[in-house]
Amino acid sequence: MISVRGLTKRFGANTVLDGIDLEIGAGERVAIIGPSGTGKSTLLRSLNFLEKPDEGQITVGDVSVDAKTATAAEQRGLRRRTSFVFQNYALFANKTARDNIAEGLITVRGWERAKAHARADEILSTIGLANRGDSYPAALSGGQQQRVGIGRAMAADAELMLIDEPTSALDPEWVDEVLQLLKRVADARQTMLIVTHEMQFARDISDRVLFMDGGRIVEQGPPEVMFSRPKDPRTAAFLRKVL
Amino acid sequence: MRPLDLDYMLGLVPVLLKYVPLTLAMASVAMVCALALASLMAIVRVTRVPLLDGFTQVFISFFRGTPLLVQLFLFYYGLPQVFSFLTAINGVTAAVMGLTLHFAAYMAESIRAAIIGVDRSQWEASLSVGMTTPQMMRRIILPQAARVAAPTLVNYFVDIIKSTSLAFTLGVTELMGAAQKEAAGSFLYFEAFILVAVIYWIIVEALTVVQRQLELRLGKAHAR
Ligand SMILES: Nc1ncnc2c1ncn2[C@@H]1O[C@H](COP(=O)(O)OP(=O)(O)OP(=O)(O)O)[C@@H](O)[C@H]1O
Ligand SMILES: [Mg+2]
Repeated sequence: MISVRGLTKRFGANTVLDGIDLEIGAGERVAIIGPSGTGKSTLLRSLNFLEKPDEGQITVGDVSVDAKTATAAEQRGLRRRTSFVFQNYALFANKTARDNIAEGLITVRGWERAKAHARADEILSTIGLANRGDSYPAALSGGQQQRVGIGRAMAADAELMLIDEPTSALDPEWVDEVLQLLKRVADARQTMLIVTHEMQFARDISDRVLFMDGGRIVEQGPPEVMFSRPKDPRTAAFLRKVL
Repeated sequence: MRPLDLDYMLGLVPVLLKYVPLTLAMASVAMVCALALASLMAIVRVTRVPLLDGFTQVFISFFRGTPLLVQLFLFYYGLPQVFSFLTAINGVTAAVMGLTLHFAAYMAESIRAAIIGVDRSQWEASLSVGMTTPQMMRRIILPQAARVAAPTLVNYFVDIIKSTSLAFTLGVTELMGAAQKEAAGSFLYFEAFILVAVIYWIIVEALTVVQRQLELRLGKAHAR
């Protein structure tokens, strides 16, 4: 169970998140859509304190963190219960694909190396890279790198997977393989919050779609309703532009 | 022009070579200590540890801003007069300490620049999996910074090797000190000093071979 209360983030005088309230149930898959610069990435990054929010309360499972009083240990607790898939993959450049997946298991969860590697190899098969475990990121295609990025997030077994525009840095030829993998992750009912510009994909995998504009959640609902009968004129205008 | 006394030089080779281990030992210990200290100072500077950061800045500024020879004299001749527990300090220890602090100041700046050069996404990815700052530094950031800083750091090692010759001013009979003593006995200064120069030169050239190997190894992660 994930709950966000009054999450606020300012960059100087610019209020980028304006008191976001959000509840996400276990196994729920939530897609965020909205125009550029409305705070979608900032919301995801604030949820695991890559960006320190100014105000608000974040609860993920058994950790509850108040933005104003958050300690380093609390932030790490939150990060352990969430996983992040980056737009630009952000794989550890000095680690092989296998070690990228195993790293968090070893350092953060204290697993033995052999056990972590065995788990990483399972995940490598799942993401279709069983034979690339020894490759460094620089030797992988964009699509392969992003699949490893997703594999790293899968290894975390997180209560919430945060995914920021997973395909927008990819050459078109690699988009499908990444979307297909994410579809499988979603089908396994991994709780996720995904920012995407792929509207068809959002419709396919999500239980709920949030439309954000100006640092707020303007409208939300099931994809069938959001994409065909949006209530707010701003949602309608946005969808007319992108569909 | 007088001819070189080749027989004398040939005889001097084994005498001087006996001192190579001491020179290498002093340089290696200073290098290892300087590396450790420099890495710590670089991390303190990059992560802006309160208080320590300011102290580190002053330390680096002082050791870069004053001559090594002055620092060595200060350590060996000066400090024991102020702190009596230092009177037992010998020339080798003082030289190694001086070299360590002096070169740590330079290396800290190189390492800091290399750390800052590591892409922001590497920090964020480390934090996002829940690593602590020390874990992130040790496992992700420093290894990548090392690859960038390695050539510069090897150059500092070369400097350290050559700078051990200053230890002879603290009364240490190392490679340079031995050559000086021999020359003072035979009056064949040119023979003694050209020989000692060639010995330093060979050591440094051998090191460049090691440097190339090291760079190949560290570059592995970025090879296709
Ligand atoms: N580190 C920062 N410092 C200052 N301003 C920032 C910073 N990060 C984001 N912003 C500002 O916050 C606003 C929201 O940015 P954000 O990246 O969250 O938007 P977004 O909805 O993800 O947009 P996009 O669809 O283009 O990715 C923008 O106006 C951006 O300029
Ligand atoms: Mg964004």
